[in-house]
Amino acid sequence: MSNTDFALAVEDLTVSFDGFKAIDALTLYIDRNELRVIIGPNGAGKTTLLDLICGKTRATGGSIKFKNQELSNMAEHQRVRLGIGRKFQTPSIYENLSVFQNLEVSYPAGRSVFGALAFKCTDEVKACVQVVAEDIGLGDKLDTEAGLLSHGQKQWLEIGMLLMQEPELLMLDEPIAGMSARERELTAELLQRICKNRAVIVIEHDMEFVKRIAHKVTVMHQGKILAEGPMEKVQADPKVIDVYLGH
Amino acid sequence: MNALKAWIQRYQLASMVLLVVLLAVVLPLSLDIFRLNLVGKYLTYAFVAIGLVMVWGYGGVLSLGQGVFFGLGGYAMAMFLKLEASDSVSTAIQSTPGIPDFMDWNQITALPALWVPFKSLPFALAAVVAVPMLLAFIISYAMFKRRVGGVYFAIITQAVALILTVLIIGQQGYTGGVNGMTDLKTVLGWDTRTDSAKYILYYVCVVLLIGSMVLCRKVQTSKLGTLLLAMRDKEDRVRFSGYDVADFKIFTFCLAAALSGIGGALFSLQVGFMSPSFVGIVPSIEMVIYAAVGGRMSLVGAVYGTLLVNAGKTYFSESFPDMWLFLMAALFIGVTMAFPMGLAGVWEEHVKPWWKARRQALRDAAIKAPQASIPRAAQPSEVIASKPALPDGASAQSV
Repeated sequence: MSNTDFALAVEDLTVSFDGFKAIDALTLYIDRNELRVIIGPNGAGKTTLLDLICGKTRATGGSIKFKNQELSNMAEHQRVRLGIGRKFQTPSIYENLSVFQNLEVSYPAGRSVFGALAFKCTDEVKACVQVVAEDIGLGDKLDTEAGLLSHGQKQWLEIGMLLMQEPELLMLDEPIAGMSARERELTAELLQRICKNRAVIVIEHDMEFVKRIAHKVTVMHQGKILAEGPMEKVQADPKVIDVYLGH
Repeated sequence: MNALKAWIQRYQLASMVLLVVLLAVVLPLSLDIFRLNLVGKYLTYAFVAIGLVMVWGYGGVLSLGQGVFFGLGGYAMAMFLKLEASDSVSTAIQSTPGIPDFMDWNQITALPALWVPFKSLPFALAAVVAVPMLLAFIISYAMFKRRVGGVYFAIITQAVALILTVLIIGQQGYTGGVNGMTDLKTVLGWDTRTDSAKYILYYVCVVLLIGSMVLCRKVQTSKLGTLLLAMRDKEDRVRFSGYDVADFKIFTFCLAAALSGIGGALFSLQVGFMSPSFVGIVPSIEMVIYAAVGGRMSLVGAVYGTLLVNAGKTYFSESFPDMWLFLMAALFIGVTMAFPMGLAGVWEEHVKPWWKARRQALRDAAIKAPQASIPRAAQPSEVIASKPALPDGASAQSV
């Protein structure tokens, strides 16, 4: 496979669980500075695709290249260190730690055992935590125990934890699930801010939200790509209407 | 002043100092040497208990085989002591003089190669820490890199404890079998059985224990400690934040093993023997009980837990020889049912809030009292009387 200019190049990717192909010969390219939204009915393989890119699930065949580097045989933490960040569907934060600690632990330094033992929370780290916390609207909640945050704030905190690592590819699995209208608004603004200088993949069901944020939309169905392009074009596609939007 | 206070709190200095005073001053002054030696023996188990606080409390990984590492450390020390006790003069009546007595009984005629390096004290001391760490590394590397955890890990550590016991008992000629290694007498000619030696060994034990606790607290307050807590909560999130989760667990498990080894070595020194009865499944589970009773999140708590359970064990077995095991079980079940976080949990959740509420009440009373006296033209005597309350209230507020 040739080298490309894309941030992420997924080619001919297949994963089968006991013969069932959750992802079936899928090819997908994401540009740098692009915000791509993946939509599709339940069981289309959206979350599985993110799992494959971040390493939670191993592919049966095909290739995943990030900045022209093959990821398929790389351990999860190594992929993260290359610059891939992934937010899980349910907010995955450290409930017993404070917001500050949640962000501090995500700071990309002292990642080895002895590095962590020697790690000092310098002014630089504190400043970085402060900037990110302001960005996700939790600037005044640094000392709050994360478990006490509202659902929406937890979602933001997890996004913040990823931002601490300054990833070049950010993958968000249903970031606005369970959010109020106002929170969705703020999240859309946040996503538009943070998609600069990095590629972002978002899985989402809410069509209004998708319309607002997406540069390009990919529609998945039964492990394959059904349609791809700008939102208007995809929405007008009869195949898409048939399997998804029409229902 | 506040920085100092934060520092004191960070390292839990207040409770640490209290423990030091208890162990280094109160107990030696109030107990005779027999009892103090018993406390010294209990404290060797406390090394295992604080190791469990790190692995189980912080790391969230329950090991039911810590006796293995205690035993390995103990045996490493005992091998040195046994060799020193087996000089050719005192073993002259054996068919092969100069080797440990149990080897002679098992028709072994030359010192096995494994034993030779243990003639050197520095080697033996290094082995006390290195051998448990090495085994811990092999076990934990194999398990954690494959993401085996939880109850499976507990079962495997228990199996290791059983295997080591069987191995020690089976290889009687090399290990002393079920009797273990007895008649340990001197270190480089220094008799460890005298009263003065027992005092010295007790204090060595206390100093090493406190040192180990400070070390563990350092780890807890470092980023590694935060990561352990984070992993216990959401392991995947830590992994997908760029950390190799297994490495941190391996480190913690090796740290606990090294501490247990030190405890075992001090046991051999103070008690004068080492046997498989400190290696197997039952002692390993007992050691978990110490940490559970004391509080698995608290280093200081684990030490108190160890002392309390062992003191209970000694007291019950002396006073109620028929039913002491039932009483021990009742103590364990009672504490874990009523106080899941152990004695330290009782302190944190009940005693401290009660104390704070009391102080708050006193402070409120101190503020109210002078206000109440304002309408009545303050009498000089009252002003003087209310004065001491003010500095108290002021200092209490900055706490």
